[in-house]
Amino acid sequence: MSRPTNRRQDNHKIDWHLPSISSSASAHHMSRELFVLTYGALVAQLCKDYEKDEDVNKYLDRMGYDIGIRLVEDFLARSAVRKCRSYSETVDVIAQVAFKMYLGVTPSVSCSNTTENEFFLMLDKNPLVDFVEELPAGRCSLCYCNLLCGVIRGALEMVHLAAEVTFVQDRLKGDDVTEIGIIFLKKLEDKKHKRKK
Amino acid sequence: MADSPLFQALHMEMAHALCAEQEKGLAALEGVGFRVGQGLSERLTKEMPSFKDELDVLKFLCKDLWLTVFKKQVDNLRTNHQGTYMLQDNQFLLLSQLSNGKQYLEEAPKFLAFTCGLVKGALCNLGFDSTVTAEVAVMPCSKFQVVIQKS
Repeated sequence: MSRPTNRRQDNHKIDWHLPSISSSASAHHMSRELFVLTYGALVAQLCKDYEKDEDVNKYLDRMGYDIGIRLVEDFLARSAVRKCRSYSETVDVIAQVAFKMYLGVTPSVSCSNTTENEFFLMLDKNPLVDFVEELPAGRCSLCYCNLLCGVIRGALEMVHLAAEVTFVQDRLKGDDVTEIGIIFLKKLEDKKHKRKK
Repeated sequence: MADSPLFQALHMEMAHALCAEQEKGLAALEGVGFRVGQGLSERLTKEMPSFKDELDVLKFLCKDLWLTVFKKQVDNLRTNHQGTYMLQDNQFLLLSQLSNGKQYLEEAPKFLAFTCGLVKGALCNLGFDSTVTAEVAVMPCSKFQVVIQKS
């Protein structure tokens, strides 16, 4: 048995769960941190201003929608994805390109056995809840990440796809996983290539 | 950080949404910024030695905090050495998308409130109570006035 080569162990591991703003932290990681901190602060502020969880959820969804209808332009410009030809292709793009681009994670995609046009995005890692261990006290119906649903819904609408987007499972609420459900509401017709304006 | 499209989109939407419906929209925006400022300054100063004095803290805001968040340092820091500081950013990142010049000047407060809160929150975390106000004469040049409250 040969001895291992004399290599110095790197003892300075960077613990990504406790980000410290050092020059060795990745740029992507840092650029997301302000967004995550701000999102958390926004939810806290909304909880202060609105008593009912449903009101906060609705507010987050609406904000997300407004963001989504604009963000989609940034997305299409930066990703140069081709026009999707099926719902499944669309959901794949959302999971593998959009989520990756903006949140640095790739949820896994599955589709419903029973309902046509229904897909699920399972978020194994969710940067939005990086600093959140549990829902605030007395807020058990809060959909903490509801902004995401609005963003997806708004973005889809801008590419002429109507959909219902909700959290079907949420780890913060005690479920095993966090899962977003997307139900496309209209059948995707095989239109001739039609570009508006 | 503030140059990320996701943050920019969120900031812009917060400015519109919080101010559209709530009377106290600017205060809400500042409140959001405050929390972020606390968290961010905590993280940034974790491994730093403690500050010598008030001016040192302000310099940290102008250099480290501003650079981390807004991708550049504050261009000009002035003080009367009696607790009042003026931070000037000639190309304030969060306004540079809006306009150059005098267009949308009346909208500017909505887009400064978060940052005022951010500064206030950062100072609070470092042991200083303050009031922070901002003014814009010509976009995107912004001046943030910080008044440290004497306890």
